[in-house]
Amino acid sequence: MRHGYAGLPVLDGVDLQVEAGGRLAVVGPSGCGKSTLLTLLAGLEQPDAGTIEGAGLKRCALMPQRDLLLPWRSALDNAGLALELAGAARGEARTQALPLFERFGLEGFTDTPPRKLSGGMRQRVAFLRTLLAGKPVLLLDEPFGALDAITREELQEWLTGALDAEPRTVVLVTHDIHEALRLCSRIVVLSPRPGRVVLDAPSAELDHDRVMEALRG
Amino acid sequence: MRRFAWVLVLAVLLAAWEAYVQLRGVPEYLLPAPSQIAQALWDDRSTLASQALVTLKEMLLGFAAAVIIGFAAAVLLHLVPWLRAAVQPILIASQSVPVVAIAPILVIYLGFGLAPKVLIVALVCFFPITVNTLDGLERVDPEYRRMLRTLDATRWQVFRRVELPWSLPGLFAGARIAASYSAVAAVFAEYAGGQSGLVDSMRDGFDTPLVGAAIVVLALMSLALYGAVTVAERLALPWARGR
Repeated sequence: MRHGYAGLPVLDGVDLQVEAGGRLAVVGPSGCGKSTLLTLLAGLEQPDAGTIEGAGLKRCALMPQRDLLLPWRSALDNAGLALELAGAARGEARTQALPLFERFGLEGFTDTPPRKLSGGMRQRVAFLRTLLAGKPVLLLDEPFGALDAITREELQEWLTGALDAEPRTVVLVTHDIHEALRLCSRIVVLSPRPGRVVLDAPSAELDHDRVMEALRG
Repeated sequence: MRRFAWVLVLAVLLAAWEAYVQLRGVPEYLLPAPSQIAQALWDDRSTLASQALVTLKEMLLGFAAAVIIGFAAAVLLHLVPWLRAAVQPILIASQSVPVVAIAPILVIYLGFGLAPKVLIVALVCFFPITVNTLDGLERVDPEYRRMLRTLDATRWQVFRRVELPWSLPGLFAGARIAASYSAVAAVFAEYAGGQSGLVDSMRDGFDTPLVGAAIVVLALMSLALYGAVTVAERLALPWARGR
């Protein structure tokens, strides 16, 4: 697969596979086209050349780095947004979203507006919103990139638990090697722009130094 | 303490004004003292009150019409991009038409009744409301649209769920500007003829204390409308506070 903007190649010959239920981390330096890759996978744009199978708007939900919670909706109403978009009434959406909401450490925050939630809590709500879209594939674009180190640790653990309870195919884009190794079963390393795959291996066979080595090229 | 700083500033200004007029012996027809204006306010209270009601009615009807039409116009221009491209330059150019110049023409068209006044106030209030609402609609972060599309939102849902609520702070910002314009617009309209609004107390250039009194009443009405819009915003959009 190949893609660029205004004649500038961003991704050059990227060939990737994720098995259903697998968790793939895409690691690379800033500007290597990680986010572009997610945009293409999400079906928001079409690649200039090549094909994508089993992804696209019908199968993928995107969780951006910024939580993008709607400030006029309570935490629970934000989590249930996708259900309402699919036609559920507000009450129905709340009832459906509540069990997951409470199971994933948000009990007591149902009616809290986003501005009164901590950064970590907001990301949890944003993740739930993505999960409740009911798509088999979750595209996570540096979901914890804006959080402090301690909260990030906490949320990585939380996300592992959440994904074990609600398994999905995951493509996680990150520049945090620890995060990639911790959350995902496979790691792909992209080169600087235009992005090419320079490493593609199961995380069990990798450690921090080997990924770092691949990143340095 | 800071919230009431204006009381102090106002008191100092009024005292300086009063002292200047008294000490220099400025004749009343050149500059009335605050005490003379206060006297006029009291002496002519019943006339001023009935005139104020007429002006207030013009202000409120024109303002309300501008909010409804201005908001609808902004939404329409936002949803139909080619219409926006076609109409926006004309809309901006229309703002250089002086209200004073067209007011008499509108009176010829619509007579000496309430209608031309309401129309003039609405014309003046329309622009800030439309522009600010449109601005709010356009300023929605495109990231929201992308995220919503992957949640299967339709164009209408993106509008209804994100763009529309996002435009409301803009609507209120425009309405606040419009509220402060509406009083002056109503007086302009009354100058063109008819009705018995506050202008009737402003026409007599020699009875300066009465003119001052009418201006005070007008300013208070304008402030009240501004305050009402601000309170309405706080109640309607608690999420928008401190943004």
